[in-house]
Amino acid sequence: MKRLLILLLAALLLRPALAAERVDPAADLKAFQTYFHARFPHVPPADFVNGPYAMDAGMRAQWQQIMQFPPYQFALDHGKELFAAAFPNGHHYADCLPHGGIGIAQNYPRFDPKTGRVVTLEIALNRCRVVNGLKKLKLTTGDMDDLMAYLTDRSHGRPVAVVVPDDPRARAAYERGKEYFYARRGQLNFSCASCHMQGAGRHLRGDVLAPALGLIASFPIYRSAWGSMGTVVRRFIGCNKQVRAVPQRADSEDYRDLEYFLAYMSDGLPVAGPGARP
Amino acid sequence: MANTILVRANADGGSTVVQALIRHPMDSGFVKDKSGKLIPPHYIEVLEFAHNGTVVLTALWGPAVSKDPFIKFSFKGGKKGDTLSISWIDNKGLKDSRTAAIM
Amino acid sequence: MTDTTPGSLAEFLPRRRHVLAGTIAGGMAALFGAGTAAASDIVLADAKNYPVKAFAQKTEADALSALFGKTATVSPKITLDTPDIAENGAVVPVAVQTELPDVTAVAILALDNPFTLSAAYRIPAGTAAAVSTRIKLAKTTTVVAVVESGGQLYSASRSVKVTLGGCGG
Repeated sequence: MKRLLILLLAALLLRPALAAERVDPAADLKAFQTYFHARFPHVPPADFVNGPYAMDAGMRAQWQQIMQFPPYQFALDHGKELFAAAFPNGHHYADCLPHGGIGIAQNYPRFDPKTGRVVTLEIALNRCRVVNGLKKLKLTTGDMDDLMAYLTDRSHGRPVAVVVPDDPRARAAYERGKEYFYARRGQLNFSCASCHMQGAGRHLRGDVLAPALGLIASFPIYRSAWGSMGTVVRRFIGCNKQVRAVPQRADSEDYRDLEYFLAYMSDGLPVAGPGARP
Repeated sequence: MANTILVRANADGGSTVVQALIRHPMDSGFVKDKSGKLIPPHYIEVLEFAHNGTVVLTALWGPAVSKDPFIKFSFKGGKKGDTLSISWIDNKGLKDSRTAAIM
Repeated sequence: MTDTTPGSLAEFLPRRRHVLAGTIAGGMAALFGAGTAAASDIVLADAKNYPVKAFAQKTEADALSALFGKTATVSPKITLDTPDIAENGAVVPVAVQTELPDVTAVAILALDNPFTLSAAYRIPAGTAAAVSTRIKLAKTTTVVAVVESGGQLYSASRSVKVTLGGCGG
Protein backbone atom coordinates (compact mmCIF):
# COMPACT_ATOMS: atom_id res chain seq x y z
CA MET A 1 0.00 0.00 0.00
CA LYS A 2 2.80 2.39 1.00
CA ARG A 3 4.62 1.52 -2.23
CA LEU A 4 1.47 2.29 -4.19
CA LEU A 5 1.13 5.67 -2.47
CA ILE A 6 4.77 6.53 -3.23
CA LEU A 7 4.27 5.56 -6.84
CA LEU A 8 1.14 7.68 -7.00
CA LEU A 9 2.90 10.65 -5.44
CA ALA A 10 5.85 10.25 -7.83
CA ALA A 11 3.45 10.08 -10.75
CA LEU A 12 1.70 13.25 -9.61
CA LEU A 13 4.92 15.18 -9.09
CA LEU A 14 6.59 13.97 -12.26
CA ARG A 15 3.57 14.46 -14.48
CA PRO A 16 4.49 17.32 -16.81
CA ALA A 17 2.52 20.35 -15.70
CA LEU A 18 -0.54 20.70 -17.88
CA ALA A 19 0.17 24.43 -18.03
CA ALA A 20 3.17 23.73 -20.21
CA GLU A 21 0.94 21.98 -22.71
CA ARG A 22 -1.59 24.79 -22.76
CA VAL A 23 -1.26 27.08 -25.77
CA ASP A 24 -0.54 30.62 -24.53
CA PRO A 25 -0.34 33.06 -27.46
CA ALA A 26 -0.16 36.09 -25.18
CA ALA A 27 2.91 34.75 -23.40
CA ASP A 28 4.47 33.83 -26.74
CA LEU A 29 3.82 37.34 -28.00
CA LYS A 30 5.54 38.94 -25.04
CA ALA A 31 8.54 36.64 -25.33
CA PHE A 32 8.77 37.17 -29.11
CA GLN A 33 8.65 40.95 -29.01
CA THR A 34 10.95 41.10 -25.97
CA TYR A 35 13.50 38.99 -27.85
CA PHE A 36 13.68 41.42 -30.73
CA HIS A 37 13.70 44.54 -28.59
CA ALA A 38 16.53 43.12 -26.52
CA ARG A 39 18.44 42.08 -29.62
CA PHE A 40 17.95 45.42 -31.39
CA PRO A 41 17.65 47.98 -28.59
CA HIS A 42 18.21 50.95 -30.88
CA VAL A 43 15.37 50.14 -33.25
CA PRO A 44 12.19 51.98 -32.28
CA PRO A 45 9.41 49.40 -31.90
CA ALA A 46 7.33 50.65 -34.83
CA ASP A 47 10.36 50.68 -37.13
CA PHE A 48 10.46 46.88 -37.23
CA VAL A 49 7.80 46.97 -39.94
CA ASN A 50 10.45 48.39 -42.25
CA GLY A 51 12.36 45.12 -42.15
CA PRO A 52 15.85 45.33 -43.63
CA TYR A 53 15.63 49.14 -43.65
CA ALA A 54 15.47 49.15 -39.86
CA MET A 55 18.64 47.07 -39.84
CA ASP A 56 20.91 48.86 -42.33
CA ALA A 57 21.42 52.58 -42.91
CA GLY A 58 22.73 52.28 -46.48
CA MET A 59 19.72 50.26 -47.54
CA ARG A 60 17.40 52.64 -45.74
CA ALA A 61 18.77 55.61 -47.71
CA GLN A 62 18.11 53.84 -51.02
CA TRP A 63 14.64 52.87 -49.90
CA GLN A 64 13.82 56.46 -48.99
CA GLN A 65 14.93 57.54 -52.47
CA ILE A 66 12.77 54.90 -54.08
CA MET A 67 9.83 55.75 -51.83
CA GLN A 68 9.72 59.29 -53.25
CA PHE A 69 7.58 57.65 -55.89
CA PRO A 70 6.86 54.10 -54.79
CA PRO A 71 7.02 51.42 -57.49
CA TYR A 72 3.73 49.97 -56.22
CA GLN A 73 1.79 53.09 -57.11
CA PHE A 74 0.33 51.51 -60.28
CA ALA A 75 -0.83 48.48 -58.28
CA LEU A 76 -2.34 50.72 -55.63
CA ASP A 77 -4.31 52.79 -58.15
CA HIS A 78 -5.45 49.68 -59.98
CA GLY A 79 -6.48 48.02 -56.72
CA LYS A 80 -8.71 50.98 -55.90
CA GLU A 81 -10.47 50.61 -59.25
CA LEU A 82 -10.83 46.85 -58.85
CA PHE A 83 -12.31 47.18 -55.39
CA ALA A 84 -14.84 49.77 -56.47
CA ALA A 85 -15.97 47.91 -59.57
CA ALA A 86 -19.27 46.05 -59.40
CA PHE A 87 -19.54 42.32 -60.04
CA PRO A 88 -21.71 41.26 -63.02
CA ASN A 89 -24.57 40.64 -60.55
CA GLY A 90 -24.37 44.20 -59.25
CA HIS A 91 -22.82 43.41 -55.87
CA HIS A 92 -19.43 44.61 -54.63
CA TYR A 93 -16.52 43.34 -52.54
CA ALA A 94 -17.66 45.85 -49.92
CA ASP A 95 -20.87 43.88 -49.40
CA CYS A 96 -18.92 40.84 -48.16
CA LEU A 97 -16.60 42.54 -45.72
CA PRO A 98 -17.03 44.27 -42.36
CA HIS A 99 -17.01 48.07 -42.66
CA GLY A 100 -17.22 47.65 -46.41
CA GLY A 101 -13.64 46.41 -46.35
CA ILE A 102 -12.20 49.80 -45.47
CA GLY A 103 -9.85 50.00 -42.51
CA ILE A 104 -10.03 46.29 -41.68
CA ALA A 105 -6.75 44.84 -42.98
CA GLN A 106 -5.14 45.11 -39.55
CA ASN A 107 -7.60 42.52 -38.20
CA TYR A 108 -6.62 39.79 -40.66
CA PRO A 109 -5.99 36.90 -40.67
CA ARG A 110 -8.97 36.02 -38.55
CA PHE A 111 -10.34 32.78 -37.23
CA ASP A 112 -13.65 31.76 -38.78
CA PRO A 113 -15.69 29.82 -36.20
CA LYS A 114 -18.09 28.56 -38.89
CA THR A 115 -15.44 26.68 -40.85
CA GLY A 116 -12.98 26.33 -37.99
CA ARG A 117 -10.20 27.67 -40.19
CA VAL A 118 -8.07 30.77 -40.44
CA VAL A 119 -9.15 33.19 -43.14
CA THR A 120 -6.71 35.67 -44.64
CA LEU A 121 -8.03 38.83 -46.29
CA GLU A 122 -7.04 37.39 -49.68
CA ILE A 123 -9.09 34.27 -49.01
CA ALA A 124 -11.99 36.41 -47.81
CA LEU A 125 -11.89 38.32 -51.10
CA ASN A 126 -11.92 35.08 -53.06
CA ARG A 127 -14.84 33.77 -51.01
CA CYS A 128 -16.68 36.96 -51.90
CA ARG A 129 -16.00 36.34 -55.58
CA VAL A 130 -17.23 32.76 -55.43
CA VAL A 131 -20.41 33.70 -53.57
CA ASN A 132 -21.08 36.22 -56.33
CA GLY A 133 -20.50 33.77 -59.15
CA LEU A 134 -16.93 34.64 -60.05
CA LYS A 135 -13.80 32.53 -60.23
CA LYS A 136 -11.17 32.88 -57.55
CA LEU A 137 -8.16 35.09 -58.18
CA LYS A 138 -4.64 33.73 -58.04
CA LEU A 139 -3.46 34.25 -54.46
CA THR A 140 0.12 35.20 -55.23
CA THR A 141 0.19 37.98 -57.77
CA GLY A 142 -1.96 39.90 -60.23
CA ASP A 143 -5.30 41.48 -59.39
CA MET A 144 -5.20 39.98 -55.89
CA ASP A 145 -2.06 41.83 -54.88
CA ASP A 146 -3.46 45.04 -56.36
CA LEU A 147 -6.65 44.65 -54.30
CA MET A 148 -4.55 43.88 -51.22
CA ALA A 149 -2.35 46.91 -51.88
CA TYR A 150 -5.42 49.12 -51.81
CA LEU A 151 -7.06 47.51 -48.77
CA THR A 152 -3.81 47.50 -46.82
CA ASP A 153 -3.23 51.12 -47.69
CA ARG A 154 -6.67 51.94 -46.27
CA SER A 155 -5.41 50.58 -42.94
CA HIS A 156 -2.14 52.45 -43.13
CA GLY A 157 -0.75 53.16 -39.68
CA ARG A 158 -3.39 51.19 -37.80
CA PRO A 159 -1.97 48.81 -35.20
CA VAL A 160 -2.04 45.15 -36.16
CA ALA A 161 -4.81 43.61 -34.08
CA VAL A 162 -5.19 39.92 -34.83
CA VAL A 163 -7.15 37.86 -32.33
CA VAL A 164 -6.69 34.26 -31.25
CA PRO A 165 -10.05 33.64 -29.57
CA ASP A 166 -10.59 31.20 -26.76
CA ASP A 167 -11.62 28.44 -29.15
CA PRO A 168 -9.56 25.25 -29.20
CA ARG A 169 -9.58 25.21 -32.99
CA ALA A 170 -8.22 28.76 -33.16
CA ARG A 171 -5.55 28.00 -30.62
CA ALA A 172 -4.64 24.87 -32.55
CA ALA A 173 -4.29 26.88 -35.78
CA TYR A 174 -2.14 29.44 -34.01
CA GLU A 175 0.01 26.65 -32.57
CA ARG A 176 0.39 25.00 -35.98
CA GLY A 177 1.53 28.33 -37.42
CA LYS A 178 4.02 28.72 -34.63
CA GLU A 179 5.36 25.21 -35.19
CA TYR A 180 5.68 25.88 -38.90
CA PHE A 181 7.72 28.99 -38.18
CA TYR A 182 10.19 27.15 -35.97
CA ALA A 183 10.36 23.87 -37.92
CA ARG A 184 13.30 23.18 -40.17
CA ARG A 185 12.53 22.18 -43.73
CA GLY A 186 14.01 21.66 -47.13
CA GLN A 187 17.32 20.42 -48.35
CA LEU A 188 19.01 23.40 -46.68
CA ASN A 189 17.25 22.49 -43.44
CA PHE A 190 16.38 26.05 -42.45
CA SER A 191 13.37 27.18 -40.51
CA CYS A 192 11.79 30.61 -40.89
CA ALA A 193 13.46 31.37 -37.56
CA SER A 194 16.89 30.45 -38.92
CA CYS A 195 16.87 33.55 -41.13
CA HIS A 196 14.32 35.83 -39.50
CA MET A 197 15.25 35.34 -35.88
CA GLN A 198 18.81 34.08 -35.65
CA GLY A 199 19.84 35.74 -38.88
CA ALA A 200 17.84 38.96 -38.47
CA GLY A 201 19.94 41.99 -39.35
CA ARG A 202 22.68 39.83 -40.82
CA HIS A 203 23.70 39.65 -44.45
CA LEU A 204 22.75 36.82 -46.74
CA ARG A 205 25.07 37.69 -49.60
CA GLY A 206 23.92 41.14 -50.66
CA ASP A 207 20.62 41.06 -48.78
CA VAL A 208 19.99 42.05 -45.19
CA LEU A 209 17.61 39.66 -43.41
CA ALA A 210 14.48 41.22 -41.99
CA PRO A 211 13.44 40.41 -38.43
CA ALA A 212 10.30 38.27 -38.10
CA LEU A 213 8.78 40.96 -35.90
CA GLY A 214 6.84 43.25 -38.19
CA LEU A 215 7.74 41.22 -41.25
CA ILE A 216 4.19 40.75 -42.37
CA ALA A 217 3.09 44.35 -41.82
CA SER A 218 4.46 45.73 -45.10
CA PHE A 219 2.83 43.21 -47.42
CA PRO A 220 1.86 43.12 -50.22
CA ILE A 221 5.21 44.19 -51.58
CA TYR A 222 6.72 45.38 -54.84
CA ARG A 223 9.95 43.47 -54.93
CA SER A 224 12.72 44.72 -57.22
CA ALA A 225 13.80 41.09 -57.50
CA TRP A 226 10.36 40.22 -58.92
CA GLY A 227 9.89 43.43 -60.88
CA SER A 228 6.29 43.17 -59.71
CA MET A 229 3.97 42.97 -56.71
CA GLY A 230 3.30 39.91 -54.63
CA THR A 231 1.36 38.81 -51.59
CA VAL A 232 2.64 37.16 -48.43
CA VAL A 233 1.84 33.78 -49.95
CA ARG A 234 3.95 34.56 -52.99
CA ARG A 235 6.85 35.12 -50.62
CA PHE A 236 6.14 32.00 -48.54
CA ILE A 237 6.34 29.94 -51.71
CA GLY A 238 9.57 31.67 -52.72
CA CYS A 239 11.13 31.14 -49.30
CA ASN A 240 10.17 27.45 -49.37
CA LYS A 241 11.81 27.07 -52.78
CA GLN A 242 14.93 28.84 -51.59
CA VAL A 243 15.55 26.37 -48.78
CA ARG A 244 14.79 23.71 -51.39
CA ALA A 245 11.58 22.59 -49.79
CA VAL A 246 8.56 21.71 -51.90
CA PRO A 247 6.16 24.65 -51.55
CA GLN A 248 2.55 24.18 -50.53
CA ARG A 249 -0.55 25.18 -52.46
CA ALA A 250 -1.14 28.89 -52.17
CA ASP A 251 -4.36 28.42 -50.15
CA SER A 252 -2.88 25.72 -47.89
CA GLU A 253 -3.70 25.55 -44.22
CA ASP A 254 0.01 25.72 -43.40
CA TYR A 255 0.37 29.13 -45.04
CA ARG A 256 -2.81 30.47 -43.47
CA ASP A 257 -1.73 29.30 -40.03
CA LEU A 258 1.78 30.69 -40.51
CA GLU A 259 0.36 34.05 -41.53
CA TYR A 260 -1.92 33.93 -38.49
CA PHE A 261 1.05 33.35 -36.21
CA LEU A 262 3.22 36.03 -37.85
CA ALA A 263 0.46 38.62 -37.76
CA TYR A 264 -0.33 37.87 -34.12
CA MET A 265 3.37 38.25 -33.26
CA SER A 266 3.32 41.71 -34.84
CA ASP A 267 0.48 42.82 -32.60
CA GLY A 268 0.49 46.56 -32.05
CA LEU A 269 2.84 47.42 -34.91
CA PRO A 270 1.52 49.78 -37.59
CA VAL A 271 0.21 48.39 -40.86
CA ALA A 272 2.78 49.61 -43.38
CA GLY A 273 1.70 47.96 -46.61
CA PRO A 274 1.94 48.11 -49.49
CA GLY A 275 5.70 48.04 -49.30
CA ALA A 276 8.80 48.15 -51.49
CA ARG A 277 11.63 45.70 -50.97
CA PRO A 278 14.85 44.69 -52.79
CA MET B 1 -3.40 51.59 -73.98
CA ALA B 2 -4.03 51.72 -70.23
CA ASN B 3 -2.47 54.66 -68.43
CA THR B 4 1.29 54.16 -68.21
CA ILE B 5 2.26 57.56 -66.87
CA LEU B 6 1.89 58.74 -63.28
CA VAL B 7 3.06 62.26 -62.66
CA ARG B 8 3.20 64.63 -59.73
CA ALA B 9 4.03 68.21 -60.55
CA ASN B 10 4.15 70.68 -57.68
CA ALA B 11 4.70 74.42 -57.93
CA ASP B 12 7.21 75.35 -55.27
CA GLY B 13 8.30 78.97 -54.91
CA GLY B 14 8.90 79.92 -58.52
CA SER B 15 9.87 76.45 -59.69
CA THR B 16 7.94 73.32 -60.50
CA VAL B 17 9.18 69.98 -59.21
CA VAL B 18 8.18 67.06 -61.42
CA GLN B 19 8.26 63.39 -60.50
CA ALA B 20 7.04 60.73 -62.88
CA LEU B 21 6.71 56.96 -62.74
CA ILE B 22 6.15 55.19 -66.02
CA ARG B 23 4.91 51.66 -66.41
CA HIS B 24 7.17 49.98 -68.94
CA PRO B 25 9.06 46.67 -68.93
CA MET B 26 12.34 48.31 -70.03
CA ASP B 27 13.56 44.90 -71.18
CA SER B 28 17.27 45.08 -71.78
CA GLY B 29 17.50 42.17 -74.15
CA PHE B 30 19.96 40.39 -71.84
CA VAL B 31 17.42 38.52 -69.71
CA LYS B 32 16.11 35.05 -70.52
CA ASP B 33 12.56 33.89 -69.95
CA LYS B 34 11.56 30.65 -68.19
CA SER B 35 12.15 28.59 -71.32
CA GLY B 36 15.67 29.96 -71.74
CA LYS B 37 14.93 32.28 -74.64
CA LEU B 38 16.21 35.84 -74.58
CA ILE B 39 13.47 38.41 -74.03
CA PRO B 40 13.95 40.95 -76.83
CA PRO B 41 14.91 44.52 -75.89
CA HIS B 42 11.88 46.73 -75.31
CA TYR B 43 12.59 50.06 -73.71
CA ILE B 44 11.58 53.71 -73.83
CA GLU B 45 13.93 55.68 -76.06
CA VAL B 46 12.64 59.22 -75.70
CA LEU B 47 10.62 60.85 -72.94
CA GLU B 48 9.56 64.47 -73.32
CA PHE B 49 8.14 66.91 -70.78
CA ALA B 50 6.62 70.22 -71.82
CA HIS B 51 5.10 73.10 -69.91
CA ASN B 52 2.50 75.17 -71.73
CA GLY B 53 3.82 73.72 -74.98
CA THR B 54 7.53 74.44 -74.31
CA VAL B 55 9.87 71.49 -73.76
CA VAL B 56 11.37 71.48 -70.25
CA LEU B 57 13.19 68.14 -70.39
CA THR B 58 14.05 65.53 -72.98
CA ALA B 59 15.20 62.19 -71.62
CA LEU B 60 17.09 59.83 -73.91
CA TRP B 61 16.97 56.42 -72.33
CA GLY B 62 18.69 53.11 -72.97
CA PRO B 63 17.88 49.60 -71.75
CA ALA B 64 19.87 50.21 -68.55
CA VAL B 65 17.12 52.39 -67.13
CA SER B 66 15.15 50.36 -64.56
CA LYS B 67 11.81 48.72 -65.16
CA ASP B 68 8.86 51.03 -64.38
CA PRO B 69 11.24 53.95 -64.71
CA PHE B 70 11.30 56.98 -62.46
CA ILE B 71 12.44 60.53 -63.20
CA LYS B 72 12.60 63.63 -61.03
CA PHE B 73 13.62 67.10 -62.14
CA SER B 74 12.54 70.71 -61.78
CA PHE B 75 12.21 73.78 -63.96
CA LYS B 76 11.81 77.50 -63.32
CA GLY B 77 8.31 78.79 -63.70
CA GLY B 78 5.03 77.01 -63.74
CA LYS B 79 2.17 77.75 -61.39
CA LYS B 80 -0.76 75.89 -60.02
CA GLY B 81 -3.19 75.00 -62.77
CA ASP B 82 -0.69 75.13 -65.61
CA THR B 83 -0.50 72.17 -67.98
CA LEU B 84 2.42 69.78 -68.00
CA SER B 85 2.56 67.29 -70.85
CA ILE B 86 4.47 64.02 -70.83
CA SER B 87 5.06 61.82 -73.84
CA TRP B 88 7.21 58.78 -74.56
CA ILE B 89 8.11 56.54 -77.47
CA ASP B 90 9.92 53.22 -77.25
CA ASN B 91 12.20 51.19 -79.53
CA LYS B 92 9.20 49.32 -80.94
CA GLY B 93 7.45 52.56 -81.85
CA LEU B 94 4.85 52.21 -79.09
CA LYS B 95 3.96 55.44 -77.36
CA ASP B 96 1.84 57.10 -74.73
CA SER B 97 1.23 60.63 -73.60
CA ARG B 98 -0.84 62.56 -71.14
CA THR B 99 -1.23 65.95 -69.58
CA ALA B 100 -1.40 66.79 -65.91
CA ALA B 101 -2.18 69.92 -63.96
CA ILE B 102 0.54 71.44 -61.84
CA MET B 103 -0.59 71.41 -58.20
CA MET C 1 -7.08 59.77 -46.23
CA THR C 2 -7.33 56.96 -43.69
CA ASP C 3 -7.06 57.91 -40.06
CA THR C 4 -3.58 57.04 -38.90
CA THR C 5 -2.86 56.11 -35.34
CA PRO C 6 -1.78 59.17 -33.38
CA GLY C 7 1.54 59.15 -31.61
CA SER C 8 4.73 57.49 -32.62
CA LEU C 9 3.47 54.60 -34.74
CA ALA C 10 2.93 56.24 -38.08
CA GLU C 11 6.03 58.39 -37.92
CA PHE C 12 8.21 55.38 -38.76
CA LEU C 13 6.25 54.66 -41.86
CA PRO C 14 7.42 56.19 -45.12
CA ARG C 15 5.69 59.48 -45.77
CA ARG C 16 2.71 58.85 -47.94
CA ARG C 17 1.08 60.83 -50.64
CA HIS C 18 -2.67 60.85 -50.85
CA VAL C 19 -3.73 57.86 -52.88
CA LEU C 20 -6.35 60.17 -54.33
CA ALA C 21 -4.04 63.05 -55.20
CA GLY C 22 -1.69 60.83 -57.11
CA THR C 23 -4.60 59.30 -58.94
CA ILE C 24 -6.22 62.63 -59.67
CA ALA C 25 -3.14 64.06 -61.29
CA GLY C 26 -2.96 60.99 -63.50
CA GLY C 27 -6.55 59.81 -63.56
CA MET C 28 -8.43 63.00 -64.18
CA ALA C 29 -5.94 64.05 -66.76
CA ALA C 30 -6.67 60.75 -68.46
CA LEU C 31 -10.36 61.58 -68.42
CA PHE C 32 -10.12 65.21 -69.31
CA GLY C 33 -6.60 65.67 -70.67
CA ALA C 34 -7.32 64.82 -74.25
CA GLY C 35 -10.38 67.02 -74.17
CA THR C 36 -9.42 70.13 -72.29
CA ALA C 37 -5.73 70.39 -73.17
CA ALA C 38 -5.07 71.86 -76.58
CA ALA C 39 -3.28 69.48 -78.93
CA SER C 40 -0.40 71.97 -79.02
CA ASP C 41 0.07 71.49 -75.27
CA ILE C 42 1.30 67.94 -75.74
CA VAL C 43 4.77 67.81 -77.20
CA LEU C 44 5.06 64.34 -78.62
CA ALA C 45 8.27 62.46 -78.00
CA ASP C 46 10.06 61.87 -81.26
CA ALA C 47 12.66 59.15 -81.75
CA LYS C 48 13.93 60.55 -85.03
CA ASN C 49 17.17 61.87 -83.55
CA TYR C 50 17.64 59.17 -80.93
CA PRO C 51 21.41 58.60 -80.63
CA VAL C 52 21.40 54.87 -81.36
CA LYS C 53 25.15 54.73 -81.81
CA ALA C 54 25.91 56.39 -78.47
CA PHE C 55 23.80 53.82 -76.63
CA ALA C 56 25.69 50.99 -78.33
CA GLN C 57 29.17 52.00 -77.17
CA LYS C 58 31.17 50.05 -74.63
CA THR C 59 33.56 52.63 -73.23
CA GLU C 60 33.15 56.06 -71.67
CA ALA C 61 35.28 57.70 -74.33
CA ASP C 62 33.33 56.14 -77.19
CA ALA C 63 29.95 56.91 -75.65
CA LEU C 64 30.83 60.57 -75.02
CA SER C 65 32.41 60.92 -78.43
CA ALA C 66 29.28 59.55 -80.10
CA LEU C 67 26.93 61.65 -77.97
CA PHE C 68 28.80 64.95 -77.64
CA GLY C 69 31.92 64.66 -79.83
CA LYS C 70 34.02 65.62 -76.80
CA THR C 71 35.85 64.21 -73.77
CA ALA C 72 35.13 65.10 -70.16
CA THR C 73 37.35 66.49 -67.41
CA VAL C 74 36.71 65.68 -63.78
CA SER C 75 34.95 68.43 -61.84
CA PRO C 76 34.32 68.71 -58.09
CA LYS C 77 31.25 70.81 -58.86
CA ILE C 78 29.12 67.81 -59.77
CA THR C 79 27.30 65.96 -57.01
CA LEU C 80 26.61 62.33 -57.84
CA ASP C 81 24.47 60.50 -55.34
CA THR C 82 24.56 56.69 -55.56
CA PRO C 83 24.46 53.98 -52.90
CA ASP C 84 27.76 52.37 -51.84
CA ILE C 85 26.13 48.94 -52.01
CA ALA C 86 23.09 48.55 -54.24
CA GLU C 87 20.18 46.82 -52.50
CA ASN C 88 19.27 45.38 -55.88
CA GLY C 89 21.29 45.84 -59.07
CA ALA C 90 18.10 46.17 -61.12
CA VAL C 91 16.92 49.30 -59.33
CA VAL C 92 19.76 51.63 -58.31
CA PRO C 93 18.73 55.21 -57.47
CA VAL C 94 21.03 57.79 -59.04
CA ALA C 95 20.80 61.55 -58.52
CA VAL C 96 22.98 64.08 -60.34
CA GLN C 97 23.16 67.77 -59.63
CA THR C 98 25.69 70.48 -60.33
CA GLU C 99 26.59 74.10 -59.63
CA LEU C 100 28.24 74.42 -63.05
CA PRO C 101 26.65 77.19 -65.14
CA ASP C 102 24.85 77.00 -68.51
CA VAL C 103 24.13 73.31 -68.33
CA THR C 104 22.68 71.92 -71.54
CA ALA C 105 22.94 68.19 -70.92
CA VAL C 106 23.46 65.53 -68.27
CA ALA C 107 24.45 61.93 -68.96
CA ILE C 108 24.77 58.86 -66.73
CA LEU C 109 27.18 56.08 -67.59
CA ALA C 110 27.98 52.73 -65.99
CA LEU C 111 31.43 51.61 -67.02
CA ASP C 112 30.94 47.86 -66.55
CA ASN C 113 27.48 47.62 -68.06
CA PRO C 114 27.19 45.88 -71.45
CA PHE C 115 26.63 49.32 -72.97
CA THR C 116 28.18 52.22 -71.14
CA LEU C 117 25.60 54.93 -71.67
CA SER C 118 22.51 54.49 -69.44
CA ALA C 119 20.65 57.75 -69.89
CA ALA C 120 21.11 61.27 -71.22
CA TYR C 121 19.04 64.39 -70.65
CA ARG C 122 18.74 67.57 -72.71
CA ILE C 123 18.39 70.46 -70.27
CA PRO C 124 16.77 73.55 -71.80
CA ALA C 125 17.36 76.99 -70.31
CA GLY C 126 15.25 77.36 -67.17
CA THR C 127 15.43 73.71 -66.20
CA ALA C 128 17.52 72.91 -63.15
CA ALA C 129 20.74 70.99 -63.72
CA ALA C 130 19.57 68.12 -61.52
CA VAL C 131 17.97 64.80 -62.38
CA SER C 132 17.11 61.69 -60.40
CA THR C 133 16.39 58.30 -61.87
CA ARG C 134 16.86 54.57 -61.30
CA ILE C 135 19.18 52.43 -63.40
CA LYS C 136 20.27 48.82 -63.75
CA LEU C 137 23.83 47.85 -62.96
CA ALA C 138 25.01 44.49 -64.26
CA LYS C 139 27.79 44.23 -61.69
CA THR C 140 29.99 46.25 -59.36
CA THR C 141 31.01 49.25 -61.38
CA THR C 142 31.86 52.93 -61.56
CA VAL C 143 28.90 55.18 -62.27
CA VAL C 144 29.89 58.36 -64.09
CA ALA C 145 27.81 61.53 -64.26
CA VAL C 146 28.67 63.81 -67.16
CA VAL C 147 27.52 67.41 -67.43
CA GLU C 148 27.71 69.62 -70.52
CA SER C 149 28.29 73.14 -69.25
CA GLY C 150 29.17 76.12 -71.41
CA GLY C 151 29.85 73.75 -74.26
CA GLN C 152 32.42 71.69 -72.30
CA LEU C 153 32.05 68.28 -70.67
CA TYR C 154 32.71 67.65 -66.98
CA SER C 155 32.36 64.48 -64.99
CA ALA C 156 32.23 62.93 -61.53
CA SER C 157 32.21 59.26 -60.64
CA ARG C 158 31.37 56.91 -57.79
CA SER C 159 31.85 53.22 -57.30
CA VAL C 160 28.75 51.15 -56.62
CA LYS C 161 29.00 47.58 -55.32
CA VAL C 162 26.52 45.16 -56.78
CA THR C 163 26.35 41.72 -55.21
CA LEU C 164 24.09 38.75 -55.67
CA GLY C 165 21.10 38.88 -53.40
CA GLY C 166 20.82 35.95 -51.03
CA CYS C 167 17.08 36.04 -50.74
CA GLY C 168 16.29 34.95 -54.25
CA GLY C 169 13.91 36.25 -56.80
